[in-house]
Amino acid sequence: MKQLVRAFIAVIAIALALMYVTSVLNSEQGYSGGNTLTVYNWGDYIDPELIAEFEQETGVKVIYQTFDSNEAMLTKIAQGGTTFDIAVPSDYAISKMREEGLLLPIDHAQIPNLSHIDPRFMDLSFDPGNVYSVPYFWGTVGIVYNPELVGGKTFRSWNELWDPDLRNQILLVDGAREVIGMGLNSLGYSLNDTNEEHLQEAKRKLERLTPNVKALVGDEIKMLLAGEEAAVGLVWSGDASEIISENEKLDYVVPEEGSNVWFDNMVIPKTARNLPAAHAFINFMLDPEHAARNAEYVGYSTPNKDALALLPEEISGDKRFYPDEELLSKLEVYDNLGKRMLAHYNELFLEFKMHSK
Amino acid sequence: MRSNARNYYLIPYLAWIALFVVAPIALIVYYSFHDIEGGFTLDNYAKFFTPVYLKMALSSFWYALLITLFSLLVAYPTALILTRTKHKQLWLLLIILPSWVNLLLKAYAFIGLFGTYGLANALLETIGIGRKQILFTDFSFVFVAVYIFIPFMILPIFNSLEEMNKSLIHAARDLGASAWTTFRRVIFPLTLGGVKAGCQAVFIPALSLFMLTRLIAGNRVITLGTAIEQHFLVTMDWGMGATIAVFLVIIMALIMVVTGQGRGSIR
Repeated sequence: MKQLVRAFIAVIAIALALMYVTSVLNSEQGYSGGNTLTVYNWGDYIDPELIAEFEQETGVKVIYQTFDSNEAMLTKIAQGGTTFDIAVPSDYAISKMREEGLLLPIDHAQIPNLSHIDPRFMDLSFDPGNVYSVPYFWGTVGIVYNPELVGGKTFRSWNELWDPDLRNQILLVDGAREVIGMGLNSLGYSLNDTNEEHLQEAKRKLERLTPNVKALVGDEIKMLLAGEEAAVGLVWSGDASEIISENEKLDYVVPEEGSNVWFDNMVIPKTARNLPAAHAFINFMLDPEHAARNAEYVGYSTPNKDALALLPEEISGDKRFYPDEELLSKLEVYDNLGKRMLAHYNELFLEFKMHSK
Repeated sequence: MRSNARNYYLIPYLAWIALFVVAPIALIVYYSFHDIEGGFTLDNYAKFFTPVYLKMALSSFWYALLITLFSLLVAYPTALILTRTKHKQLWLLLIILPSWVNLLLKAYAFIGLFGTYGLANALLETIGIGRKQILFTDFSFVFVAVYIFIPFMILPIFNSLEEMNKSLIHAARDLGASAWTTFRRVIFPLTLGGVKAGCQAVFIPALSLFMLTRLIAGNRVITLGTAIEQHFLVTMDWGMGATIAVFLVIIMALIMVVTGQGRGSIR
């Protein structure tokens, strides 16, 4: 028993000593106090050179951490115990965080580069007046397809996915809003529709799609489509551009009935410690030259109109990823439908998944 | 005095049970009585008895049963052969080895193997059958699950075979029983404890599989585990997720009671 107690005390003593050593090391590296900035972003979603430049320019040390879903990010910030100064959530997550009081207002006076953002991407429903968020990247939801595997067919409408020739050829992304939204859009309804009849109609229509659906998958969808495992996929435009850069044969289209347009915005969570550096970082990323380089590196669509002008014609002129005004007017942002409606969407999605072929 | 000291030794054990067994289950039960906005409700339980969740429970049960059955069919003969080999421990180690590799990695490897242009299809094509869809089918799901669970079935069966008194087999053969009769009347009944322990070790986790249902079955197989994952991570409907978990706990307890009659021999 005595030995046990001794061993126990030894372990605690070692742990305390290690804690002290880490804190000393951290302060030597400048990882504490006023001159660091903790950025919490999606994986592979920034040009690392820009971080180095920002550090050089401002003398602020950047700690870069990544997440792979809005939900994971939300939970981590809501739980506390973190010191994120910047986070990059998507539209609906921003409105949720706003409601739950997890965000600090952004001081527009400290961000002169805000003027470079296309006004079309400002003042959107998830954050009126951009009090809490500043656009980072945006994109759409659409169809990626392999012309060779579908016999040269091209897609213009959601309804073409119901073609019996596509039996077992479609991969869907495992997201309730995306899939139910596609069902609603294909019927001409809004993807934020909460009318029970419309939702049931969309579910019945989706159930008729099941013979064509090979699988509903997560991030693997990129690997599977690029590897020609299936001919058609329902994906986000960012994933589409990644798939196309891996396999040139594939093409991307946003169906004419309309679809979702999404935004990833920079926000300052309430866990922030270094507000001046957070504002400086946002301003730095909005600089047209920086934003253009970042867009070229990441491959997503930039909301920065002056950065767009700096991008090569083959990127900025690509209608697939920078759709024209006409199509853009048909695209909708996901509204925050509230927990209850979202649960209902998920319930319908679950029923759709369980519908056997 | 002696018994007092013994009681002190019980403290860490009791603390462990209270913190990591009783408290989580109590929390699950507590959450299951709350709706999505945090108010008290019994709706979650009513909802479980709607066709959607009943169907899901049935299909989870069915797949878990298939997985257990096939694991047993493969594991029993393997364990039997293992006990008769020369380097038992080495062979056993080789069988356990894959369980040291992360589940996610194994699942990704199977995506590659079973894909349209994967090894399995290349093989089918060379022998003239032609490409088939293997990935995202019931077959691939059950196959991969069996592959993952098989060590947990082999180990208890192997142990009970090892523990068995070998002279009983000789006696049976001496008395004129054929090899099959010896197996049916002597070996199998004496290792039933191992079989039961193995079935529990496979059936119970198989009931709440999730990840594999997406990666290997492409969400065409929906189990209660998938639904729990969705409710906790996506919908944030912790109440419904907890309710399903409560039912899983109940089902598992029932299974333990039903199969637990015999003496288990997991070591």
